[in-house]
Amino acid sequence: MTNPEPMFPHIRICEEDFDLTTEAANLRAGHKDIGAVVTFVGTVRDINEGDEVSILELEHYPGMTEKALEKIRLEAHQRWHLEASHIIHRIGKMYPCDQIVMVAVASRHRENAFHAAHFIMDYLKTNAPFWKKETLPDGSERWVDARVSDKEAESRWAK
Amino acid sequence: MLNILYFASFREVLGQAQEQMPADYNTVECLLKALAERGEAWQQALLHNQNLQIAVNHDVANRSTAIKAGDEVAFFPPVTGG
Repeated sequence: MTNPEPMFPHIRICEEDFDLTTEAANLRAGHKDIGAVVTFVGTVRDINEGDEVSILELEHYPGMTEKALEKIRLEAHQRWHLEASHIIHRIGKMYPCDQIVMVAVASRHRENAFHAAHFIMDYLKTNAPFWKKETLPDGSERWVDARVSDKEAESRWAK
Repeated sequence: MLNILYFASFREVLGQAQEQMPADYNTVECLLKALAERGEAWQQALLHNQNLQIAVNHDVANRSTAIKAGDEVAFFPPVTGG
């Protein structure tokens, strides 16, 4: 039996790691009119708020997360002329240096691709239902608080 | 019935991820007031929390959003992905 077609084929939420080269190649596949590919990869830091971080665990809201990410992605396509875009966000347990999120955008010209990737990342930080929990070296756990700077980053795109 | 979901720190503080409630409330605010009668933790996390985030049927909502039987209402803290 074949797997059912995913509801949002350009959105992937998974525990597994991803390969940027493969993802960028898939993004470009079938497009001969692409002049620019911008990719952003977010990685897990080993320090936050001055404390060493051993483990980062990502929780999400299945169903709403995909819908929220697709809405952000489509808004980017409405604002800029893009040929393709893809968002990957990992969930579950991750460790320092692990890749956690990828945004890849392809367009005819670089300006659109740069702006769109930046926009998608800023909106994702404040609009997609993911929550981070940190484990410190002593085993204590804490939820990561939302940052005012993330909200400010989002507001710069207000029309 | 209403399907109520709690995420992240709310799930931990309130001690549950999901529950069913009768669809006796016209708005999210009415539901919040009913939940807040359970005690201090509920009042702090939900009713008196200016940072409370709400979704109804996977869409961003607010306290005045109307709800009806069969709806999924989710409560969670500000998001921190990426």
